[in-house]
Amino acid sequence: MKVHEYQAAKLLRTHGVPTPAGYLVEKEDDIGDTVQRVQKDFNTTAVVVKAQIHAGGRGKGGGVKFCRDAVAARENASRILGMQLKTPQTSAEGQLVRKLYVTEAMDIDQEFYLAITLDRSREQYVLIASSEGGVEIEEIAEHSPGKIIKEYIDPVFGLQPFQSYRVALKLGLSGSALKQAKILIKKLFSAYLKTDASLAEINPLVRTKQGELIALDAKFNFDDNALYRQQEIAAMRDEFEEDPAEVEASKFNLNYIKLCGTVGCMVNGAGLAMATMDIIKLKGGEPANFLDVGGGANVDTVKNGFRIILADKSVTAVLINIFGGIVRCDRVANGIVQAVRELNLDVPVVVRLEGTNAEEAKRILADSGVSIIPATTLNDAAEKVVRAATG
Amino acid sequence: MRLKRLFAPPPGDLGLTTWRNEEPSSDGDYSRRFDNPVKQVHIMSILLNKSSRIIVQGITGSEGSFHAEQCHKYGNNVVGGVTPGKGGQKAIDDTVPVFNHCQEAREATGANVSLIFVPAPFAADAIKEAAEAGIELIICITEGIPVNDMVQAVSYVRSRGVRLIGPNCPGLLTPDEAKAGIMPGHIARKGSVGVISKSGTLTYEAVHQLVAEGLGQSTCVGIGGDPIIGTTMIDLIGLFEDDPETDAILLIGEIGGQMEIEASRYVKEHARKQVFGFIAGRTAPPGRRMGHAGAIVSGADESAAAKMAIMRDCGICVVESPADLGATIKTKLA
Repeated sequence: MKVHEYQAAKLLRTHGVPTPAGYLVEKEDDIGDTVQRVQKDFNTTAVVVKAQIHAGGRGKGGGVKFCRDAVAARENASRILGMQLKTPQTSAEGQLVRKLYVTEAMDIDQEFYLAITLDRSREQYVLIASSEGGVEIEEIAEHSPGKIIKEYIDPVFGLQPFQSYRVALKLGLSGSALKQAKILIKKLFSAYLKTDASLAEINPLVRTKQGELIALDAKFNFDDNALYRQQEIAAMRDEFEEDPAEVEASKFNLNYIKLCGTVGCMVNGAGLAMATMDIIKLKGGEPANFLDVGGGANVDTVKNGFRIILADKSVTAVLINIFGGIVRCDRVANGIVQAVRELNLDVPVVVRLEGTNAEEAKRILADSGVSIIPATTLNDAAEKVVRAATG
Repeated sequence: MRLKRLFAPPPGDLGLTTWRNEEPSSDGDYSRRFDNPVKQVHIMSILLNKSSRIIVQGITGSEGSFHAEQCHKYGNNVVGGVTPGKGGQKAIDDTVPVFNHCQEAREATGANVSLIFVPAPFAADAIKEAAEAGIELIICITEGIPVNDMVQAVSYVRSRGVRLIGPNCPGLLTPDEAKAGIMPGHIARKGSVGVISKSGTLTYEAVHQLVAEGLGQSTCVGIGGDPIIGTTMIDLIGLFEDDPETDAILLIGEIGGQMEIEASRYVKEHARKQVFGFIAGRTAPPGRRMGHAGAIVSGADESAAAKMAIMRDCGICVVESPADLGATIKTKLA
């Protein structure tokens, strides 16, 4: 799960990592008042207005503006709030800006990169740092890989003080800044663990002209599997940042991801679902979605699956590919027949059922009288659905 | 208790001891299984075979009881179950004893395999409990375990020298011998292709295609789709390489992580047997999690195309279409 920058900043502050102070604004009418409060409460004239969307690269799309005074702040804020912000990480039409974060401005002396995540291969946490802050880590990796510092953290023993010291030293810090960095790194790791984060990134971490280390921008991603024990984090979910169809699907425990093709697919199991999308593409079609209906594909799952797939108006044909292992194909077939009858579908549906009781399932589909295009192998199914989709 | 003494491992043994496939001698003495304590003999039928003694953690839950019964029907070797607070009960039609904890279960039954269906919030603890009890092979089916819990559990398991498969996996199946997991046993046939896969139903699809081409499997292993798992592709390629019953290996991977890349390099260096590979998710958009917790492209080399290219470079026969898994292997092995 992703959260907004203002939420990540709040988490950092809770765990003792300094961030610029700021207020959130969601309504056009509140802009003037919020800017004034930021100036007054935090004793600053210059402020920064930042669009709050989940995608990165906001600055590049014009969603982050330094404002010398209240006039500039109000102007920029009015323009950004409600705009379709396009960044390298959003879709082509961009993402609607519904929230703005107005913060005090900092006198920046130097920018760093600091992040903690999981190294899957090593089965350890990894602290990543660089003196080249303010740009994407992928860019640093490409242009100056030598400037990326990595420190692996043993999951049993945790981050050791010497490791924080070593990173601070490699960042070129000394004196008070080095001391601050050691403490900040420790607190960042603590925040990462305590919130079940999968990524805790500060980019940039800045040293101000006054010599303070401050997390100017923050990004947190969280482990979905741990949300059951992270109520506060779970409450930060912003459904407006997600695709409405995906939010709808999650309510039915369906795992749906919208793509931009025309062939809808409904599959049991994530691996087979991906493979089904792949073969549609190999046969010249474009998958419209990823949809894993899980182990038990019954009438309700099939019906909900159809509703979600067909809410996407670009879908011109649907492929149902179920490999019955423990779940019996004849039951799935009955579910499909009932769902198709009740929903009155107007797109061609190709059905391929394989595995336990597949023969019986084929007979049920054939005898049902509903207009379903039966398929035998994966190849056969993909060819038929692509043909149906392209008309 | 006599059994307890007999099951105590010899000094210096970390649980890596190979268990021989022999039946106990007529006086019920299992201790002969502990010979050859230093050299590990990698035979797939040792990871799971007819003489494996399986306990099911979470045997009284709905998933656990259903699949325990299925496994028992397949291999007739589920010897017990564990559910805290339900010790003394019986499971699988009142035939199999239930214990409160793993240590008790192991001492009473001589179990060497544990199959876990414990709910996600408690599953990592269940894994550690099995490891501490000295269960040599732990298979965790549970999906949705927090990554932080798994990082700890995997470290714990490794320090005890035992093997974990999964979590979030369909488990193991050695056709005609034993099943420890949720794979539909009846679709597989005994044969010489070793199957290693991150996925469940895609494995069934592959097995189905192999059988349709007249090819059986030595063992099918679902390693799981989570970011942190107990047994990697490299571990299993090593085991299959040393298994005289295996002639070829099929690797079914997906987007996300570096495991397929590391496995490919290992194959290039060490593998003598023919290795086939498929990567699911070439149409997956970057940065999106495709069902499995670990299936997300977060770097250029984690995409399906990149992994397939590296596999090819390392001498793996890459199958482009998921529909051609069986046919390709049949042709190449002919």
